[in-house]
Amino acid sequence: MKADVPKGSGSGLGETAMVPVRLAMAAIDAPLRFVQRRLGIGGMATFFLLPNMLIFGIFVLLPFFINFAYSMTGGTALFLPDRSFVGGDQYARLFDCANYADPNSCAEDTFWTAVGNTAWFVVLQVTLMILFSLVTALILNRDLMARSFWRAVFFFPVLLSPVVVGLIWKWILQRQGLLNFGLYGLGFEPYTWLNDRNWSFAATVGVSIWAHMGFYTLILLAGLQAIPKDLYEAAEMDGTRPARAFWRITLPLLMPNLLVVIVLVLIRAVQIFDEVYVLTGGGPGTSTLYITQYIYETGFATQLRNPGLAAAASILMGGVLVVLTLVQLGLGRKGEKKGARK
Amino acid sequence: MGHIKLTSVTKSFGAVDVLHDINLEIQDGEFVVFVGPSGCGKSTLLRMIAGLEKPTGGELSIDGKVVNDVPAADRGLAMVFQSYALYPHMSVRQNLAFGLENTRMPKAEIAERIAEAARMLEIEAYLERRPGQLSGGQRQRVAIGRAIVRRPVAFLLDEPLSNLDAELRGSTRAELAALHARLSATMIYVTHDQVEAMTLADRIVVLRAGRIEQIGTPLELYNRPANRFVAGFIGSPHMNFLEGTLEAAGSGTAVATLKGGHQLQVPIENRAFAAGAPITLGVRPQHITLDAGENSIPAKIRLVEALGSETVLHADVAGQKLLVVAPGQHDLAPGADIRLSLTAAPIHLFNDKGLRLERAV
Amino acid sequence: MSRLAEFIFRRRGRNGWHWTDIFTWVWLIGGLFIMFGPAVWLVGSSFKSPAALAEFPPSIMPYVTQKATIEGYDKPLDLYEVTMPDGSKKVLAEVRRIGIVSQMVSPEKPTEIVKVKIAERTPVRTMSFATSNYSEPFTHFDFVRYLWNSVFVTVTATLITLIVNSMAAFALSKYEFRGRTFAMLLILATLMVPLSVIMVPLYSIVSALGLFNNLWGVILPTVATPTGVFILRQYMLTIPDELIDAARMDKASEWQIYWRIILPLTAPALAVLAIFSVVWRWNDFLWPLIVLSRKELYTLQVGLSIYSGELNVQWHFILAMTVVTMIPVVLVFIFLQRFITTGIAGTGLK
Ligand SMILES: Nc1ncnc2c1ncn2[C@@H]1O[C@H](COP(=O)(O)OP(=O)(O)OP(=O)(O)O)[C@@H](O)[C@H]1O
Ligand SMILES: [Mg+2]
Repeated sequence: MKADVPKGSGSGLGETAMVPVRLAMAAIDAPLRFVQRRLGIGGMATFFLLPNMLIFGIFVLLPFFINFAYSMTGGTALFLPDRSFVGGDQYARLFDCANYADPNSCAEDTFWTAVGNTAWFVVLQVTLMILFSLVTALILNRDLMARSFWRAVFFFPVLLSPVVVGLIWKWILQRQGLLNFGLYGLGFEPYTWLNDRNWSFAATVGVSIWAHMGFYTLILLAGLQAIPKDLYEAAEMDGTRPARAFWRITLPLLMPNLLVVIVLVLIRAVQIFDEVYVLTGGGPGTSTLYITQYIYETGFATQLRNPGLAAAASILMGGVLVVLTLVQLGLGRKGEKKGARK
Repeated sequence: MGHIKLTSVTKSFGAVDVLHDINLEIQDGEFVVFVGPSGCGKSTLLRMIAGLEKPTGGELSIDGKVVNDVPAADRGLAMVFQSYALYPHMSVRQNLAFGLENTRMPKAEIAERIAEAARMLEIEAYLERRPGQLSGGQRQRVAIGRAIVRRPVAFLLDEPLSNLDAELRGSTRAELAALHARLSATMIYVTHDQVEAMTLADRIVVLRAGRIEQIGTPLELYNRPANRFVAGFIGSPHMNFLEGTLEAAGSGTAVATLKGGHQLQVPIENRAFAAGAPITLGVRPQHITLDAGENSIPAKIRLVEALGSETVLHADVAGQKLLVVAPGQHDLAPGADIRLSLTAAPIHLFNDKGLRLERAV
Repeated sequence: MSRLAEFIFRRRGRNGWHWTDIFTWVWLIGGLFIMFGPAVWLVGSSFKSPAALAEFPPSIMPYVTQKATIEGYDKPLDLYEVTMPDGSKKVLAEVRRIGIVSQMVSPEKPTEIVKVKIAERTPVRTMSFATSNYSEPFTHFDFVRYLWNSVFVTVTATLITLIVNSMAAFALSKYEFRGRTFAMLLILATLMVPLSVIMVPLYSIVSALGLFNNLWGVILPTVATPTGVFILRQYMLTIPDELIDAARMDKASEWQIYWRIILPLTAPALAVLAIFSVVWRWNDFLWPLIVLSRKELYTLQVGLSIYSGELNVQWHFILAMTVVTMIPVVLVFIFLQRFITTGIAGTGLK
């Protein structure tokens, strides 16, 4: 991006609307000049940084650190001073299992159900998401008529809110919904998909792919478009077959973007909540209960809420996310170096 | 108004010392030019005077008041930047008014000052345009106008003409000189173009690697360069330097022996040199004549540049390169043997440290 | 015509269709239906009456069965077109239905009951848009409140985001000070701390500040976005430092430099951030769900999800309000998509 000169001087209406703002800004200038005289020009940097850092400190860093304290306390009280110290008990409870593969053998069985569900969800969703968005990006990268239209088609759901996404699909998958209508035309009986353990799980995977695929397609498409065309021309001159060109040129050069996308999809898949919560509410039973919903319900929604347990679970999830993010940063660094050598 | 004094000023960026022990006094109304090769610290020195950089050591005063800790806004100076630094989102008029509005000047007076500056610089026609809609020369005028309306104690100009084409640079240079005469304000002007320095300056400050090499009027620098660096920097094409040795020969004269054995008599005042001391003999290309007379030096032509009014000859004298600017046109070809005479030329002598040896005449 | 077709369906194979060409078009057309279809179906459904919504198989367009008020009957009766035994067609009103036989009356002769097999009648239907799905929630329910809450949260949070982030970006791009790199790293590190990881302690902090059940409790934790600081800073780095020097020589205070020089010149990047912020805040769900427990404070997203989770879901209202919730985002999509796609391609932010 480059600093362009904004064009036109704004409409008359905009100008008038700006008058009070301008007056306000002029009014705070005088006290700020005083501050500047006290702090010096360098000190004003602190002034400009302060609001952002304050908000960061209070609403991100502070919670991040006291989360550890929460995870070592018990009881239902909300404020930290009112809570009793229990050491590693919450973690012990989470890990109290006879057999980790069988949630029913665990003290906190819903946690392990959620972990298992999330693991399956991540494996399936990430694989399919990468596959679909890569295929779509490859197709959009072809010499298409109205490419920006087609790109917009696949991008459209990305902006929809998770609640809207959940409701749209809840409406389509319900008994009188569009899906049953289509199958009815083929001679099938109507079925309540979201009451079926396996189908509702499949629905959460499919719907989350539907909603976010366009975003990753866009990143991959940008990567594809950055590959110089003359490489393909050179390959064609050498008589390289298209499939070979894909494996030997496209894929290696797309690798930096692809790795970034894989990690991003992973990070978001682990945290899946909103659209699933609206679509299935975690059900039927606990078949679509994922880890964020477990934390939310343990910490807030159940009668016997247990903030300490929720905090412990969230720290475990945070650990997974940090590892994934560091992997991403590492890969990004490597990608940059590669780019520099090119 | 506009008397600026620097005493032992130094500047470092972290561990890098950029300016060393700068002592300089600029009189009110004077036009001072800082010249020097790229990276020598001219801009840094100017920005320090402006208040945009803080000196690391020493004292900086304006009109007798120490201003080391006074912010740029309160020093009463105005600056014209190399890139002009016009606010791209404001019209020319707003650009000129911005600095005045910040001092809470009444609107009527602002308008009056802008009108006056616009008339002086002939930019009235495009006061409502944005900088992006102006040519380079017009932008340059606006940048100067922005300084003028402020009625500053002194103008600071950092290579204001370097973004203009050669022709425009010439005419703007003349206008700047006229403007200085008219405003009779102090001006400090940074350039690495020595023609600009020579034509504009009352005094020139030659900088090299963060040190002042010499301060003087343009002709002082031309006629009596204090050292080899200044001698080579001022004048175009640059001065020729020939290596040799110096022997005393009676009072007030000495004999210089060039490489290749040629000998020259030079009048010299002091005897601050050992017999047979290595010296550098400097002579400007314009002062060498094509002359086969007595005591002339044999040379071989390597290249001829015919400019019409004069001819620049690149010659070879006993393995040393020599430039000669001969007036008029000469029918010479590379490879030809010629003879050159230095008898009429002012000779500059520099010792092995590059410092000037004072001559008698 | 064939030239046009050739242009539209540009192919890889120089002669004939290569399989990749077929695959491409199957994928694109399929994508068109799958991506847009559900939303279109939602909009279509939102105009159907509750009766039409309960119908299976559903009709594509919103139809309602015509009714007529007939003498001797209190309620309006449904009208049907009936094929009479003699092959002629007649419009009759249904009084009641017993098994596969329907008792009907003719509007002209309300006293005479005609028995008709249900296979021999079809409802008389006209297209009708149930706009009451839209108007009623606005008058009878809290949706106006929810809408207002969402607008308030979105607008306020975006304004604060723009100001706070641009101030920080200004400090981080145009000043040299100790700890600058540290501050930058700290901001980037917060990318690793998503809401789902810190919701328990964040909730206690917001409560301690008295912001539980308060829209400011929704707004404040979201405004210091690391991505916002990052893209604004990258953009400000391209603004020449000499402009700031010039302004300082022009006696501008640092605040004026920020307000009158830096902000106007950062307008393109601010626009991108504003668009993203609007979409983010409009769509936020989990955090408002945690912070807001009083009905009159719900944002649209929370309100919708709560209503749709009730036992007796009033789908006709939910669908209509879902459409209303979609509108701003769809407008952003239609008019500002270019900004967003270049923003994503350039910075990978979402
Ligand atoms: N902010 C800074 N940090 C570190 N070093 C700097 C900084 N500004 C300038 N320098 C260094 O100081 C030296 C002098 O720079 P200055 O800009 O004054 O040179 P100049 O004489 O104006 O050169 P030019 O003719 O190319 O403009 C250079 O070596 C430069 O690298
Ligand atoms: Mg410079």
